Amino acid sequence: MSNLFSRRNFRETGRSFFGTFGTLIILLAFLSPMLRVVTTALKTPEQVMATGSPVWPAKPAVLNYEGKDYDIYTVPTESGNRDLALYKKGREESIFLNPANPSEQIVWKGAWRTLQRSWQFSPAWDNFGEVWRLIDFPRLLYNTIAIAIISTTGTLASCILVAYGFARFRIPGKGFLFTLLISTIFLPGSVTLIPTYTVFAKIGWVGTWLPLLVPTFFANAYDVFLLRQYFLTIPREMDEAAMIDGAGPLRILFSIILPQSWPVVISVAIFHIVYAWNDYFGPLIYLSTKPELQPIAVGLSRFNGIHYTNPSLIQAATLMTMAIPLVIFLFCQRFFMQGVVVTGVEK
Amino acid sequence: MNKSIKKFLDAWRSPLSRNEALWGLLFLSPWIIGFLIFTLAPMIATLGFTFTNVTLTQEEPLRFVGLDNYLTLFKDAQVWQSLLVTLKFGAISLPVGLILPFALALILNNKYVRGKSFFRTMFYMPFVIPFVAGVFAWGGMMNYENGWFNEILRMLGVQNPPYWTNDINWIYPSLVIMGLWGVGNAMLINLAGLQGIPTELYDAAQVDGAGWWATLFNVTIPMISPVIFYSLTLGVVGVFQYFMVPLVLNNGTGAPGGQTMFFNLYLYKTFFTFQNMSYGATMAWFLFLVVLVVTVVLFRTSKYWVYYAGEGRQ
Repeated sequence: MSNLFSRRNFRETGRSFFGTFGTLIILLAFLSPMLRVVTTALKTPEQVMATGSPVWPAKPAVLNYEGKDYDIYTVPTESGNRDLALYKKGREESIFLNPANPSEQIVWKGAWRTLQRSWQFSPAWDNFGEVWRLIDFPRLLYNTIAIAIISTTGTLASCILVAYGFARFRIPGKGFLFTLLISTIFLPGSVTLIPTYTVFAKIGWVGTWLPLLVPTFFANAYDVFLLRQYFLTIPREMDEAAMIDGAGPLRILFSIILPQSWPVVISVAIFHIVYAWNDYFGPLIYLSTKPELQPIAVGLSRFNGIHYTNPSLIQAATLMTMAIPLVIFLFCQRFFMQGVVVTGVEK
Repeated sequence: MNKSIKKFLDAWRSPLSRNEALWGLLFLSPWIIGFLIFTLAPMIATLGFTFTNVTLTQEEPLRFVGLDNYLTLFKDAQVWQSLLVTLKFGAISLPVGLILPFALALILNNKYVRGKSFFRTMFYMPFVIPFVAGVFAWGGMMNYENGWFNEILRMLGVQNPPYWTNDINWIYPSLVIMGLWGVGNAMLINLAGLQGIPTELYDAAQVDGAGWWATLFNVTIPMISPVIFYSLTLGVVGVFQYFMVPLVLNNGTGAPGGQTMFFNLYLYKTFFTFQNMSYGATMAWFLFLVVLVVTVVLFRTSKYWVYYAGEGRQ
């Protein structure tokens, strides 16, 4: 009996091991581009171009001996591969030095041209400094953060009011208005783009942040839906008690509803900050002539247009663009996950 | 209709409910005003443009041209070509967009996978990476010379690995791969759907002797059909509007061989590059009508295959 039990237990443990291990493999494949971004960002342009160079950031190893540099090669010997410095080149045999003990000379029979260079770990941190300067990173960062903060403020202020209206008030035609609101999610953006752009151009807003900021103060379907779903879960009795005490609708919103809704408010705020970080099309069309006002996504794409021949700089810039949203995510991931599940499941 | 008007008037006559309705409308007003200014008015203006010859520079005198723009649209080979491109891409991206998040959710919901919250966070994480950065990260993986895909293929003995984004046979899979990091949202929604399925159903299926696949098709998929419907609808709408990755990838040239000249990209170029407002507007309304028809058809068919557990029998 106990034997059966332990065998079964053993099988369960084995399955858990393979299940977890398999998932880990999938995860590593899924995230592997990040690793490639990091390693490429730390390589010198020479290494990227060199065939046979290692995956990790490195430079060809050299030995400095008596004031001269000697290239180090990987030399196959009887005692396995050894990294040796090529001292005297010869067609059939060459003299190598042992880097650990340069006075020791080793004669190797064979054509040195067939040997592979030996590489030594050497991250090119300078790439980041170069990108920082070339792309004007502080400026891009400032623009992105400023746009994100202002548009998040607008989104929160407007969506909270609208969601409160939908969650708590009997309004004739409310069902129709709510359906209309949700259906805007399915509306192709291009059907409003041309007149909107033309009007913004006529009133001189093209080349400013206004087309990106002003519409956020007029609410959007996703965030209203998210907030409304949360407000609906707050018991009405609390509003009614406050109403009897003479609180008006605004007072109820600020002292009853909002204090209980901070998780969803934070969700919406973080979502919107990440959205602003990711936003590409709006800034592209409205700020195409004003590089000094562009946020980071547009800056990165412009940078690629100029420096596409230098992959290490592109990947360094890519890494710098990814880093901040990833850090925000890792600190606030709980709020992300909650928000997604509400919008997706309850529709 | 009469009934709702009557209800409306009744509500209006009572001062208390009129007061409530007025407050409510006041709170809704940011959205209502925004909808009128930024959605309804531009839509109507776009429709108006389609019957004129308006352009950004307006070299010819402005006039009413009737249905000329629509006739041009139906005779424009580039329009049909770009729709074909959009459909070819959708034929790959839609199934991947439905199956991959569902499969990941199944894995994360499996009892033999430990560390679920870690995996959930990690699979979701790349969702926050700006898609432009994703294009360059995956683009590096797909580099012909030193991308990891081809490094691995060469290690496995493949002599001529594909050129990925520069290969007309591999461009759509490449574009789908470039969008993989966005899978997190759909995965979480699928996962929440799976976790909402009552375990009694699985117990009952087991008693009936159903195997893994039978349970998947007879319990799991019907029970999360609302999630599938939601993903499918947003996916279809998304495919018709897809063009930003090709725009970043090769600056909207349509390379390789016009295979990335998506409908929306053609629309974008018609307006911003050729500055033809009226024709761009015609394409936009055409796109809107196509999306509308597809969405309505999807919603109509949903009652035959989407199962809402909460609603019961009618």
